[in-house]
Amino acid sequence: MLQDKDRIFTNLYGLHSPGLEAAKQRGAWHLTREMLAMGPDWICDQIKASGLRGRGGAGFPTGLKWTFMPKEVRDRPHYLVVNADESEPGTCKDREILRHDPHLLIEGCMVASRAMRAHKCYVYIRGEYINERHALEKAVKEAYEAKLIGKDNVNGWDFDLYVHHGAGAYICGEETALLESLEGKKGQPRLKPPFPANAGLYGCPTTVNNVESIAVAPTILRRGAQWFAGFGRPNNSGTKLFCISGHVNKPCNVEEEMSITFRDLIETHCGGIRGGWDNLKAVIPGGSSVPMVPAEQIMDAYMDFDTLRDLKSGLGTAAVIVMDKQTDLIRAIARLAYFYKHESCGQCTPCREGTGWMWRVLERMARGEAEHDEIDTLLDVTKQVEGHTICALGDAAAWPIQGLIRHFRHEIEDRITQYRLPRAMVQGAVVTAAE
Amino acid sequence: MALRRFDLEAGGESFAFKPETEDKIAFWRGKYPADKQRSAVIPLLWLAQKDNNGWLSEPAMREVADRLEMPYIRVYEVATFYTMFRLQPVGKFHIQLCGTTPCQLRGAEDLKEVCKREIGKQMYVTDDKRLSWEEVECLGACVNAPMVQINDDYYEDLTPDSFAQIIGRLKNGVEVAPGPQIDRVNSAPEGGAKTLTDAALFDGSRNAISKLPNLPEPAAEASAEATGKPDAGAPTNVKREEPTAGKATLIDTTSKPEATKDGMSAPKDKKD
Repeated sequence: MLQDKDRIFTNLYGLHSPGLEAAKQRGAWHLTREMLAMGPDWICDQIKASGLRGRGGAGFPTGLKWTFMPKEVRDRPHYLVVNADESEPGTCKDREILRHDPHLLIEGCMVASRAMRAHKCYVYIRGEYINERHALEKAVKEAYEAKLIGKDNVNGWDFDLYVHHGAGAYICGEETALLESLEGKKGQPRLKPPFPANAGLYGCPTTVNNVESIAVAPTILRRGAQWFAGFGRPNNSGTKLFCISGHVNKPCNVEEEMSITFRDLIETHCGGIRGGWDNLKAVIPGGSSVPMVPAEQIMDAYMDFDTLRDLKSGLGTAAVIVMDKQTDLIRAIARLAYFYKHESCGQCTPCREGTGWMWRVLERMARGEAEHDEIDTLLDVTKQVEGHTICALGDAAAWPIQGLIRHFRHEIEDRITQYRLPRAMVQGAVVTAAE
Repeated sequence: MALRRFDLEAGGESFAFKPETEDKIAFWRGKYPADKQRSAVIPLLWLAQKDNNGWLSEPAMREVADRLEMPYIRVYEVATFYTMFRLQPVGKFHIQLCGTTPCQLRGAEDLKEVCKREIGKQMYVTDDKRLSWEEVECLGACVNAPMVQINDDYYEDLTPDSFAQIIGRLKNGVEVAPGPQIDRVNSAPEGGAKTLTDAALFDGSRNAISKLPNLPEPAAEASAEATGKPDAGAPTNVKREEPTAGKATLIDTTSKPEATKDGMSAPKDKKD
């Protein structure tokens, strides 16, 4: 178990004040001026050396991303945009940072802005997080009043931070859709290239980072890259906020070392699986967009990017959704399919039409009203959606279904057979009627 | 995608922001460059919705468009795209019930039944105009599932009983405390957290360091070499000498194991 002294988010549960004085007492805003004085190259090198990989789902090395920004500021200003549009089902870690440790985030924004030579930063919070937005606004105001940020501040780097909010669109968590939304348009992803580092917000060089990636940066610089790199297995270093939901005895958020085993994570912090370990059926280890992993494979697996990739899943946002043997998996995935149908932005045909089609088929399968060969058709359609859309929402809609069919095909088949048994004489008629 | 239409009839002919909202409008508009005022459209629509009893009428959208000098259609587009903009009247307390899988696994469907029983079907407004409900997608409080959002606040860790109680109180105008409805603090595990208990985290001792680690100093370079990482530690003019050093090891294969054995100091001597 990670020791308390190595935790970055010391006010995760909100037991202490989120205010400036208390945050300083916990270590925020300490030596910030010295960090900024070291300049962009040193900051990027340190973050690279720490092995920090983006915490928003894709796991791209954060330090490397920062170096993609132009090396000098020409006619267009540079922007940092923080993605606080946390809507991936299962994920609720950024919410805790926003409302309980906002100063770590503000300080991180400043350090990251220095690293990419930006003077302005926008934090895009999802619309539903109203109280969280007020908490962050309050902290920003405190920071301005204490001259920690703003023009001619004590840290020696002119820096303005603005809080922006969305209005309930999952797709705005995609970086280019987020930029569109921030410009006051519908949140429909842009084609890449050009990448945001060349033409992002208002056509200016922009980097979009997750809240957690930004908020850990100052602590990494304060305690040293090697400290952070010392946790977890190689290429998966650091500490990470895990959100454990579903069928565990005590669901919670917790900061843990990367590469902790699934069993340790659940036993130490969540009081075990509901009904004991024998009752575990499957786990979605990284938010709804990654395929599920069956119990026997996940139990002793390391929770990190590489292990879960090898299990044909992913760490994603480290939102662990646990499902026990009483779960109707087909219904659970059908609900996710509905989610993607609801959240598709409608721009690309495979996703707009495909998500609705997949949901309707899964709803029928959950009742058993389907033909056996429709399972293969469904699998085929997921492959047609995957990779044929501008953004990754199409992939994200396809993967949970692929995971279900990969590991629990027999359950769908049983369901169909069960449904058909008493209706053997009229099965063809029933299926067409159900359409 | 969901098809969303305006309720033209209920919207009436006109809309005006409340006088006290003007400060907030100025606050939001001040965040964006003067020629990019369009960015403020979502915050302004949100304020308009607040001033219009929780839903967005067509005149309200036009008011926002006029203020930001945007074509009406661009504002309609935004208002219909984002699902938090409600295009038909809602109750004084509008319940948004999260129905996505993490909440579903912990009983959101039972909560739906409670809503249907106590209020009616989705988006139905009760006769006293106090209550309405809808099912929404993940609200981002999954470790506190199942949960609902009532106006601005989250009510978490619900059971059908506690949820029915909350609805009953709202009906009668009694205040309900938001947050988890069981014995837990925010997202900490039920019954209290076992982590983050070390008093040293909160007494200021984290500020004891007076100097950042890894500052680029000559001494730091030397120590990197001394720990056996000559490649990582020597980035500057030493590189020019590499070809000769490489040749030496290629020719003299027998001495190679020795060189790595006392590699701590050997390469450094060569460079000096």
